[in-house]
Amino acid sequence: MENSTEFLEEIAGKAYEHGFVTDIEMDILPPGLNEETIHFISKKKNEPEWLLEWRLKAFRAFQKMELPTWQNFKMPEMDFQSISYYAAPKQKAKYESLDQVDPELLETFKKLGIPLNEQKALAGVAVDAVFDSVSVATTYKEELKKLGIIFCSFGEAVQEHPELVRKYLGSVVPHSDNIFAALNAAVFSDGSFVYIPKGVRSPMELSTYFRINAANTGQFERTLIIADDDAYVSYLEGCTAPMRDENQLHAAVVEIVALENAEVKYSTVQNWYPGDQDGKGGVYNFVTKRGICKGANAHISWTQVETGSAITWKYPSVILQGDNSYGEFYSVAVAKGKQIADTGTKMHHIGANTRSRIISKGISAGNGQNSYRGLVQIGAKANNARNFTQCDSMLIGDRCGAHTFPYIESKNNTATLEHEATTSKIGEDQIFYLNARGIDTEKAVELIVNGFAKEVLNKLPMEFAVEAQKLLAISLEGSVG
Amino acid sequence: MLSIKDLHAGVEEKEILKGLNLEVKPGEVHAIMGPNGAGKSSLASVLSGRPNYEVTSGTVTLDGKDLLDMSPEDRAREGVFLAFQYPIEIPGVSNINFLKTALNEIRTYRGEPALTAKEFLALSKEKQKLVEFDAKLVNRSLNEGFSGGEKKRNEIFQLAMLDPKIAILDETDSGLDIDALRIVSRGVNKLRSERNAFIIITHYQRLLDYIVPDFVHVLSDGKIVKTGDKSLALELEEKGYDWIKAEAQQ
Repeated sequence: MENSTEFLEEIAGKAYEHGFVTDIEMDILPPGLNEETIHFISKKKNEPEWLLEWRLKAFRAFQKMELPTWQNFKMPEMDFQSISYYAAPKQKAKYESLDQVDPELLETFKKLGIPLNEQKALAGVAVDAVFDSVSVATTYKEELKKLGIIFCSFGEAVQEHPELVRKYLGSVVPHSDNIFAALNAAVFSDGSFVYIPKGVRSPMELSTYFRINAANTGQFERTLIIADDDAYVSYLEGCTAPMRDENQLHAAVVEIVALENAEVKYSTVQNWYPGDQDGKGGVYNFVTKRGICKGANAHISWTQVETGSAITWKYPSVILQGDNSYGEFYSVAVAKGKQIADTGTKMHHIGANTRSRIISKGISAGNGQNSYRGLVQIGAKANNARNFTQCDSMLIGDRCGAHTFPYIESKNNTATLEHEATTSKIGEDQIFYLNARGIDTEKAVELIVNGFAKEVLNKLPMEFAVEAQKLLAISLEGSVG
Repeated sequence: MLSIKDLHAGVEEKEILKGLNLEVKPGEVHAIMGPNGAGKSSLASVLSGRPNYEVTSGTVTLDGKDLLDMSPEDRAREGVFLAFQYPIEIPGVSNINFLKTALNEIRTYRGEPALTAKEFLALSKEKQKLVEFDAKLVNRSLNEGFSGGEKKRNEIFQLAMLDPKIAILDETDSGLDIDALRIVSRGVNKLRSERNAFIIITHYQRLLDYIVPDFVHVLSDGKIVKTGDKSLALELEEKGYDWIKAEAQQ
């Protein structure tokens, strides 16, 4: 008889599927971080003076900051001087069409399954692919342009739409917000920029695919999304990284601004390399994501499926400033092997009648440690604010951990706050019950885990949801014991 | 159809089944009764392939195929069905999605095409009606928050859907009130055919008033010590098990 424990452990050891390295000539800055580095990056990107100044301001703030100590894991040593802060494929910095892109690069994207080729991309996904630090190609740009939608690399936005960038950059995540955000502000190399004009609904999902390729490079991309009055956009971010022994730092910043009646949905499927069985290598994912519902009735929704990275440290948040605005956070986080996930959200209720909804599903397996950390803050003027929080944890095996740190601060007694939490365990008896109905262990785990995460997966756009389901199943096979 | 020969099995070195023999032919219903600890539920576990049970000797074949060599899922795909004594709750997995997965896994194994959503729903409706299963429960999470009776009735609904060759009912009557017992029995009786067979494990004669067995076996200390027809069940109800144990020792 098949021993389900052994079987599952075997699959848990399944190699990271996206672990290939692309051999392309890179333009790399030697490791090290000082004001020269920042001048170099800014010059390389032909940036205006104000942006260089902003970067330098951030760098000076960064130098005075310490690594945080409040997280529920031991912060690894980080030598910011050993990282290379700029890596770009050694080709023309800008591509007029896909024909000019290095075929090997295109091959990489093909392996990742990104529909970069416009002919193939009829599925309706516009992709801005960030390969290490430079945005390679943006599809569908022309079509979007007709509607007045700007979807381009951050670097391009700085050149083409400096007024918009200058107005909103750092307006949600200030340059000195936290040490990783400050680092990002100082050295960010590229990222995506989205502007949806008044009254426009983006007719397609906008998508960015991030991938870390070069050795010893941190990836510091920066995304800025602005939805003007009555605008709507759904944005997808997918991430993978090749297998490397050493840890790679990924410190991204995402800022979202939703003006009156605007709606922004931001979905992430993160599958960075988690490190090997013994916890060697893997990406340190220290990301700051925040949105502001600036106008009345604005709506920002974060959905994340986090299955990768050695450490995930991120708390996508919403500042609910406009009256009647609405913030949502839906999360599935997996910590298996030696992975650590410390993730959650912050909902800052400032305006009246603001609402927020938090659904967090943490899955821990192997020796994984999964923490939900959340803050719901009700300001003095946030009359009739409402929050609903649900944190569910699933444990697979008996060596992993699930932790919940919900914080509530209320300065207004008209607020309604609800919090629900559950912890469950995939047991061998559940697996056997499904086995006894003809379902093998692999599929059984998939059924149970997807059932557990259903509420969150349902929030993802269709094609992403299917991918996320598979990803969850793959990353958890082999974990029941 | 099902042939059990000199089966010895146990858990963690403790032998529970000690040379059990049983032949089941298509169309037959066998009741297995016996005192607590005789090994009735262990038999169900061993036949369905529950982990932790170790078979030390003997054979079990289904239509000539060696069952003991198969994983639990392959046994199910070959046509073994265990109605659990304590059905398991699986939150978030809808009953219907679970059954569709199970049925299509079994069909794929047998080289049959997977059912389309429409075909599956039609089949589900038909079987719900057949075994009088509440439509509301079909879309709920698998057994989650079901009453004891609803769980048992769900086992019978699954049995109807998966249409096995041999169904083992492990104390399906325990915890059922008289109405639920009637419904469950009616379901089983409707599902009886010349192609399938049932092994019904029970403590009480009561169930056998509704599902009339062809054979009644008494299991004691890991062996079948007496076999008779349904009148044996009545005799047990009246006299208990001690006389059989004494008889067996002679």
